[in-house]
Amino acid sequence: MCTLAHVLEAAGLATIALPSVLPVAERMRPPRALYCEFPLGRPLGKPDDPAFQTDVLLRAFSLLDATEPVLATHPEVIIADDQPMACAIPPRYDPELPAAVDEALGLRAAYDRALARRGATAVGKAVPADRVPDMLAILDRWAKGASWKDDPVPVTPIAVAHDIRNYYVEAGLELAEGPPPGARAAEEWFHSRTEAGKTLMAARAALREQGAPTPLWFYMAAGQR
Amino acid sequence: MTGDELMRAEAAKMPVPEFEDPAFTRPSTPLSAARVAIVTTAALHRPDDDPFATADTGFRALDRADRALAMGHWSPNFDRSGFELDINTVYPIDRLEELAAAGTIGDVAPRHFAFAGNQPDTVAEIRLDTGPRCAEALRHDGVDVVVLTPV
Repeated sequence: MCTLAHVLEAAGLATIALPSVLPVAERMRPPRALYCEFPLGRPLGKPDDPAFQTDVLLRAFSLLDATEPVLATHPEVIIADDQPMACAIPPRYDPELPAAVDEALGLRAAYDRALARRGATAVGKAVPADRVPDMLAILDRWAKGASWKDDPVPVTPIAVAHDIRNYYVEAGLELAEGPPPGARAAEEWFHSRTEAGKTLMAARAALREQGAPTPLWFYMAAGQR
Repeated sequence: MTGDELMRAEAAKMPVPEFEDPAFTRPSTPLSAARVAIVTTAALHRPDDDPFATADTGFRALDRADRALAMGHWSPNFDRSGFELDINTVYPIDRLEELAAAGTIGDVAPRHFAFAGNQPDTVAEIRLDTGPRCAEALRHDGVDVVVLTPV
């Protein structure tokens, strides 16, 4: 983002960046920057809070008055919420299926509602939503000892992990109760409350134990996990 | 260490490109007459556009009217739920429309642009190729001011 600020500015455009990592902004010195210590992934701070978002933009626009490069700081700090969001999990339906597969099938209606509401989905890096349960079946087999080479997934395990997690987050937000969940609350729900989250992490550990290249398994989940 | 703390610490250690004698462009028009565009590095794209590849140095155009956008970023290390709840958390297009209607800014650009934030360390393509091409498109659209948002 800071690189783009320099490139666009050199082309005669006035830019204002909203960086999330202060040391990077300090080193890259974009022409005008409003450092916002908000959760990563939420550069405007708060979903469904137009007044707050507008305030961020107005503070950013005020930097256009500066006569030399400027790095300002938004006065509010927002910390990500690492408590799992309150969200119902589908009851077990078909005991013949691996638990994560059964669970994913049970979330399909909520996923479809999310897609209808948003008109777009992040699922599809490796497979469409229809095949998310199949991917969980493969990850379940890896976790139980199957070889990731002999029982492969399409594209990469990372792409499949994105599809599974995005399917769950999009469905889960439809089912969540209360005010908008804090940042990371959906991620925490996925990992600590769902069978898919447990299966994904078990498959990730299995890949590591099977000697798969580190980048192939490490980026299946956030770095702190 | 939380996910955000870890990522901020890791990002702080990463090599960054250097810009000698960086440009500084004073806006040629007051904000109330300026046309404003958003350029985001959240890898947003229309569902009917090409998704972002893992090392994608290109950009996608977003029409002013687009709201059904997907986030095609490849990093697992940031929150996506804010965007799913309200795209303005990342891409404040509705806020710009409101500020234009109120006369605070002059106009909202007809097109906005998205790159992927996870780039090769040299960022050579963005510096020399796709970044200047995006600037050209913004200039073509008569844009004066660009708000840059990451994820």
